[in-house]
Parts: sequence; C-alpha cells; structure tokens
Amino acid sequence: MGWLRRLATALPLVSVLTLVGCASEGGGIQSQKMATVKARGSLICGTDGKLPGFGYLGSDGRYVGLDVDTCRAVAAAVLGDGEKVEFRDLNPSERFAALSSGEVDLLARNTTMTLSRDAAGGNGLSFAPTTFYDGQGVMVPAASGLADLKALAGKPVCVPSGTTSELNLADRMREQGIAYTPLKFQTLDQMYTAYLSGRCAAVSTDRSQLAAQRSTFPQPEAHTVLPVVMSKEPLTPATINGDPAWADAVRWTLFALMQAEEMGITQANVAAKVAEAKAKPNQADLRRFLGVEGDFGRQLGLPADFVVRAIGAVGNYGEMFERNLGQKSKLKLERGVNRLWTQGGLIYAPPFR
Amino acid sequence: MVTPWWRHRRLMPWLIQAAVGLVVLVLVAFLLGNLVRNLTQAGLLLTWSWLGNPAGFEIAETAIPFDAAMPYWRALLAGLANTLKVVLAGLVGATVLGTLVGTASFSTNGLLRRLARVYVELIRNIPLLLQLVFWYFVVFLALPNGAAALQLPGVVLAKAGLYLSWFDPAWQWQGPQLINGVWTAPLRITVEFAALLTGLVIYTGAFIAEVVRGGVASVAKGQWEAANSLGFSPLQTLTRIVLPQALRVIVPGLNSQYISLAKSSSLAVACGYTDLYSVAETTLNQTGRAVEVVVILLGSYLVIDLVISGLMNGLNGLVQLRER
Repeated sequence: MGWLRRLATALPLVSVLTLVGCASEGGGIQSQKMATVKARGSLICGTDGKLPGFGYLGSDGRYVGLDVDTCRAVAAAVLGDGEKVEFRDLNPSERFAALSSGEVDLLARNTTMTLSRDAAGGNGLSFAPTTFYDGQGVMVPAASGLADLKALAGKPVCVPSGTTSELNLADRMREQGIAYTPLKFQTLDQMYTAYLSGRCAAVSTDRSQLAAQRSTFPQPEAHTVLPVVMSKEPLTPATINGDPAWADAVRWTLFALMQAEEMGITQANVAAKVAEAKAKPNQADLRRFLGVEGDFGRQLGLPADFVVRAIGAVGNYGEMFERNLGQKSKLKLERGVNRLWTQGGLIYAPPFR
Repeated sequence: MVTPWWRHRRLMPWLIQAAVGLVVLVLVAFLLGNLVRNLTQAGLLLTWSWLGNPAGFEIAETAIPFDAAMPYWRALLAGLANTLKVVLAGLVGATVLGTLVGTASFSTNGLLRRLARVYVELIRNIPLLLQLVFWYFVVFLALPNGAAALQLPGVVLAKAGLYLSWFDPAWQWQGPQLINGVWTAPLRITVEFAALLTGLVIYTGAFIAEVVRGGVASVAKGQWEAANSLGFSPLQTLTRIVLPQALRVIVPGLNSQYISLAKSSSLAVACGYTDLYSVAETTLNQTGRAVEVVVILLGSYLVIDLVISGLMNGLNGLVQLRER
C-alpha cells in the first residue's frame, strides 16, 4: 500500500504546486480570479433571476435589478464594459456551492451577510459592502384584517425552506408565545402560488422581496406588507474567501458607486465631471476619485478610470436604487435606512485616499 | 505436463476474487481517507453533539409530539414519523388500487377493461413530481373554504383540510360540523398530506396494476376454464383460484414498487408536506453539518427500504409453491 500513500500525498501536493505556480505568474497585484475574468473577457455573476428589483430576467431577455447592476458595475470596472456579464440563476441552496466551486466569480443574489456565512470555518465567503439593508416582514391579504404577529396565532404561514426567514419567524413567534403552522416551500414560485391560492394566512420573508413579489401579483393592492420588522437582513454581494485582491476590487467598485452619489456624480454628468477634474488641478479629491491623478486603479489591479467606467455603466448608488427599487420602479420602495449617511442612512463609503 | 499457475482451477478464481476484493477495499479506504482528511482540513470532522441542540423551527403537522424547543434529533424523528405515516398509508392505498385496476383489466366488461388500460398508460407515463404539483396546486388548493367547501356524506373537502367522520372522545360517531365558518371534525387531514398521498397512491397504483395483471396472466387459462366448469362464478374463480396462484409472480414485483414508493415519498417538498427530507434540509441549512445530515438521511431511507424488502421476502417465502 506504499504506492497508495505516496499517491494520496502526491495528489494534494501537485494541486497546491499548480495553484502556487498560477499565483506567482499573476504577479503581486493581479489576483487569480481577476486574471481568469480578464482572460475570459466576461464576468460570471450569480443572481436570483426571478426576483423583481434585485435580479430579474425581463420579458425582453435582459436582466435588470440592483444585484444585476452590481454585476454590471464590476464588469465595467474590470473589463471596461458593463454588458460583458454572464448571469447564472441560482436558488438559495445552490448559491454558496456555486461560488466556492468557482462556477461564478461574484454572487449578487440578495444574500444576507451573517457570521457563519462569512467565517472561514462556515461557508467561507468574503462579503463586499452591503448594497441593501433589509429586514424580514410579513405580507397578508388586505381584506383579512390581520395586523400583527399575534393575529397569526393558530394560522398557517408560508415560509421559504432553507433560508434565514424560516428561523427568524420561528424565533419571533416563540419569544411571543404564538403557536402557528409553518408551511415550507423549496421554491419561491411554489410558496407564492400557495399563498395566492389562500392556503396560508400570511407569507414571511425579506420585506423588499415581499414588495417586489407583490408588484407581480394580479392585484398588488389587495395585499399589505405589515409594519412588523423581525430581523436584520443586510443583503450583500460576496466573493470567494481565498482571493483578497479580487474581493478588494469588487469592494471598492461598490464603494465608488456610493461615493459617487455623495459627490453628486451621476451617469449623465460623469463625463463633464472628468473634464472638470482635468481642468481644475485644485480639485484633488475629485481628481483622485476619477483617476485623473494618483494610482488607485493600479493598486487594485484595475484600470485608472475604473470609477468612471462603473458610473458610466450603471450610474451612482442612488440612481441604481431609484431605477430598480425606488420611485422610478414598480416597487416604489422608500430609501429608508438605505439613504446616504449624510442624510441619516447607513450607506457609507470609506475615504478614497 | 504441469499446469501453469495461471490455469490452476482452484487457485485462479480465488486469486481473481481476492484481487477484486482488494481493489474495492483500497478504493473505499482511499475515498474515506480523502473525506476525513478534507473534513479535518475544513474543521468539519463528523460530530454528533449538535443533535442535542434545540431545533428552533416548527413542523406543520407531526405524528409524534414536537415543538421548536426540542432538540434536532427529535425534529428528525418527527420528520421520519411523518415519512412513515405517508409511506404506510401509501402502501395500503396503492395495493388496493393496483389490485382492483390490475384485475379489472381481465374483466368481461369492455368499458372497465379499457378504463383500466387508459389509467395505467396515462399515469405511469407522467413524472411523479408533475403529478404531485398537479394534485396540490391544481386540485387541493382549488378547494373552497368555509360553507362553500365540498361536502360529501361524512367527509368535507376544504382548503384548510379534509374533515372526516370518526369517533369523538366520548366514542360517539361524529361528522364534520361548521362552527363560525370553520369546519371541525374528529379527524382532519391537511391538504399537503392528502395531495402527497393521492399522488403516491395513484402513481404507484398504476405500476402495481401492471404487476398484478402480469401475475394473473401467468396463471394458465385452463385454471379459469376448470373453475368455470366446476360452477365457480368469475369473481370466485379470481379470488379463490387465480389470485392465490398469481401471488407467486406478483409478490417479487410488488416488492420493488413498495420500495420505490418509500423513496418517492421524499418528493413531499413539492407539495409543502414536512417529511424527513424536508426536516433534514432545514437542519442542514441551520447547522451546516452537511455530511452528518446526509448520512442520517441515507441511513434512514436505507433502513426503511431494507425493512420493506425483508418483510416482502418473508411474504414471498409464504406464497411460493411448497413442493412435498
């Protein structure tokens, strides 16, 4: 059995050597994932595909949503073109495996950041900045007159199986001593079909998702999202844990979109802002941010003007929000805690310095 | 002339078997070693202590008492009990339906014969998953609630559940009653359970019908004719003469259908019924103990199927021809 032991030790060794070889080829800044994406000429992005406002394949065959725009911004920053994205529809149970196996480069699929998903001993993801601060809510038919969690005592509630929603609901109901009947469904389609047919008195998941789904109902106004907020759900894009340079590139591309809103740079005026930065040498912040001076791009392994490209592709964070979730969308969500920190919200980009 | 060792009649078969055995052993050892090494590296070495942690989730309907404060092993047990409940009910239902349809295909009534054929061909050629989705979303969820519910003698079919007549705690026969727009009855079956059971019975029933038909067809025609000439009615001929002989052929075929029904019950998630698989999925998602949960899942279904198989093999021994 000596040869077997030798083979068993040799196999991991060979693969480690291959990895080391690849990493050293890439040079100091270049990450392996970045090299892969650039060589492929497109970014593979994991999204929901069926969730209006976040990741939705429209009837015209085009993906739209906040998560989709996140992917496009990263593609624009890395490859110079926001259209060079291949989308993969992922369901809740396959999303982490798809990322850790390298099937997708970036996971932007309204995923809640939690300790166990981030920790190396857990799912081992690397989270980018949170793009949407959500909370779990409850939707009921408006005609039912149900107003709070207590009213759900003894009633069936639809929840998606294999998500944090199921656990949060169980925890809150237990705290308040409310007995209820959870009906679990593996896909959201099945869950909302059961809810719409009247099998469940209520349906519980992230509030933004409830609002998004409601907009697709035959009669959206016949359903109410209750003012109950049961949990914190910071929806956050993620990359694989072992590639810090790639994670940095994604992180700072997203921060750039938030910073752009703070600086009043929009998709429409970004070209004018670049011209302004070039004309006025005293505008150091603007010049550094837009890559007119300094080497932020090089430090991240990105082109010098990656911020300009990202904004050119999807606009700033505020524009992304309004277009996909806010007043310019069917969902009509309020900015709420997703306003900039300067307006009392939680959206905050660290300094570009 | 001396026989070379590779032509040795006793040595060679032994050597070949030993070699094959060794290859299998080495392969298993390699795979297990690989699993343990990788799990150790990821800090996920098999542990079972989490089974004692509180589950924290509710289960919609349970055959044994359960609430969210109970530990994971109790949740998995409740899931197993739910699986056994639907499997046992399904076995009985599918056997009755399959036997009726299987024998109906020998009926002298042409309409009955053709209906049996249509049922078998239609049902066994449509995937079970589709049928479950159909029964749950199209049939059972379309039932009205309250006073509009479908009322049959002794049974009320509503979206909130199927209400059946049964003895109340005082041993009085009690039918479903409408109180304040809500039905109550001594026995209530949820639509999730009803949809799963209906799907499993109708699907497996079609296969069992074919097994029964094959068994009945295997009995020589002379047996029918002889019974007829002795004055047996067709029904008597079937139940007293033909079926007992057909059982020899039917039982082994039934065995695989029963096993397949037990395994198919894991499609319960498609219609919202919380079976072992569904509980295991939630447990896996909460604890991250993927390997342990899957091992429990594999073990449970294996044991269920081995028990069914063992019982059916025992039955098979009983119905075989005893030659004296």
